[in-house]
Amino acid sequence: MSAPLLSVENLVLTFPAENRRIAVVDKLSLTIARGETLALIGESGCGKSLTALAIMRLLPKPGRIEASSRIEFDGRNLLELSVPEMRTIRGGAIGMIFQEPMTSLNPVTSVGDQVLEAVWLHEKISRAAARARVVELLHMVGIPDPRARFSAYPHQLSGGLKQRVMIAMAMAMRPRLLIADEPTTALDATIRAQILALLRQLSSSTGTAVLLITHDFGVVNEIADRVAVMYAGMIVEEGTRRELLSHPRHPYAQGLLKSIPRPEARGNRLVEIKGVVPRPGRWPTGCRFAPRCPSAFDRCRAELPHRTTVSASQGAWCHLVEYEVHA
Amino acid sequence: MTMLSADALLEVRGLKTWFPIRSGVLRRVRGQVRAVDGVDLTIYPGETLALVGESGCGKTTVGRSLLRLVEPTGGNIWFGGVNLSRLSLKAFKPYRQQIQIVMQDPGAALDPRLTVRDAIAEGMEAFGLGSPGAQRTERVADLMRRVSLDPELMWRYPHEFSGGQRQRISIARALAVEPALLICDEATSALDVSIQAQILNLLSELKAERRLTYLFITHDLGVVRYFADRVAVMYLGRIVELGRTERVFAAPRHPYTQALLASIPSLDPDRRGVKPMALGDVPSPIAPPSGCHFHPRCRVRLPSCSSYDPPVVPLPDGLSRCVLAERCADAKPEPERSATAAASALPPQPKAEPTRMEPSP
Repeated sequence: MSAPLLSVENLVLTFPAENRRIAVVDKLSLTIARGETLALIGESGCGKSLTALAIMRLLPKPGRIEASSRIEFDGRNLLELSVPEMRTIRGGAIGMIFQEPMTSLNPVTSVGDQVLEAVWLHEKISRAAARARVVELLHMVGIPDPRARFSAYPHQLSGGLKQRVMIAMAMAMRPRLLIADEPTTALDATIRAQILALLRQLSSSTGTAVLLITHDFGVVNEIADRVAVMYAGMIVEEGTRRELLSHPRHPYAQGLLKSIPRPEARGNRLVEIKGVVPRPGRWPTGCRFAPRCPSAFDRCRAELPHRTTVSASQGAWCHLVEYEVHA
Repeated sequence: MTMLSADALLEVRGLKTWFPIRSGVLRRVRGQVRAVDGVDLTIYPGETLALVGESGCGKTTVGRSLLRLVEPTGGNIWFGGVNLSRLSLKAFKPYRQQIQIVMQDPGAALDPRLTVRDAIAEGMEAFGLGSPGAQRTERVADLMRRVSLDPELMWRYPHEFSGGQRQRISIARALAVEPALLICDEATSALDVSIQAQILNLLSELKAERRLTYLFITHDLGVVRYFADRVAVMYLGRIVELGRTERVFAAPRHPYTQALLASIPSLDPDRRGVKPMALGDVPSPIAPPSGCHFHPRCRVRLPSCSSYDPPVVPLPDGLSRCVLAERCADAKPEPERSATAAASALPPQPKAEPTRMEPSP
């Protein structure tokens, strides 16, 4: 088996509060193989976006990546790289797109020139050749009439077109990994469908691996190969798309899927997850989901569960699953 | 003269809300944003009518126009036989008790300087309900219990609550004046899915208990399909399709509705692949396309769609504003399709035959 493209081990992210540091992501580990799309799914505040930022070493201050953490990308430990080295990685091997294309584009530079900058970061070619490459990229992400759009400014483009420009910029560097943080959340339904189809097609045609950050199981089903479900700074279950959507084992993953209003549920009460997500610093001892879990028992409240292997690809951090599997 | 149904709670005819675009030193009017451009709606007591559409389609402006939070440019709004649009703002005020609104962002909708008790009691004070002091406080406690909040927390401020709890406070505040119609404008859109389920369950309970009527404004078709009795689909200021929820999802009669439904990602691992069926982007409501507003994005358009306004085609349960719906409506009713087939419902393919059709002028 070849080494994974990205391997995150024991990632601990902390922020200061009063006179101590509070963990917001706690001993998180994940891997992404070359060409694979991994979805990191969870509700607001679970730490999924901070995990993505930490991988790029863009964790906002005063956040800190603790010393125990390891982030290995293509055989290099990203946490040991100098700032210029890291910048080369960000502008090359790892691309990133965000939820809000409106705030990520420079408003006073034409979109063509912005993509051109990205092209030049990656390859030293003539202006004419770079322009041709930009037009090719704009065409690849489905922007109609790319030659005319080259000189357009971001405010002249719709949200969907701006997100396409962001994707074109990220793809200009021919990245091996694309980190996509809620790439379709701010878009309308018909536009979201277009962008999902584009991401799926790009990752299969270019072989780019994708780390997808999302809260939407529908989006997961559309483009992910594997899924990791996060809750309160931890991964609580991981598995293939099919395993997670058809046979989730962790009560949180089960509850999340059941609480989605589906047509079959019409006329019936939706399954609720009682209570609210605990804030960092107020995480309970034991399993963090225990206070809201319908199946929690004494051990859950006392002891943090370890990973229980369910199948070659599926695992859950849950005492109940451990009993079920070993029964 | 428009026909009014005797049993309707609210009736909207020809509603127009335009916003002038001004520019230059003299602030001359250079154009109009036709946010709402001729909307007809009927809401019956006890029903949930969903108003769906993408951003900028005017759905929020419809809700705000009903409350006259923005002043409509034209059209009529009848509520219990009274034409609200003809009333002065002063004469209109009592109707704000009957029609309440819950908005998307409960953080912004609640005054940060009011305690939860005062926020919930504010409406009762404005409309003189109950006697001041202990009686109102007791009623606030009842309402808080009803929305599953601990009444002990009534002296706290909104920022001390989570998003889902703040939405419960907003709902309690709206219920405090015993409205007949509750407008929910993206009321669950900002919430996490597990919290959204709590709020949807609460709204269902209130509907059953109080025969509360909802105008449910949202972009989330999954929620609509679960929650609404009827659906109105808006596109660029107009309603393009209206009907019973089951029928609209099983057999949409407008190409835009079909595109919207095809864009819902499935949760079934065996059914992957949303179909981007609407071409390009939503045009600006400042200069909507000629003819059918949807024609530049439509995959089944006819040559005539760019020049003629589509007719309003009545359906047994509503309407569709599409030339092709007229053809469909003449045909026999479609056989019942299974609910899961809806997302894959394809529009009639534009083979050779429809292009010959000319609309009747």
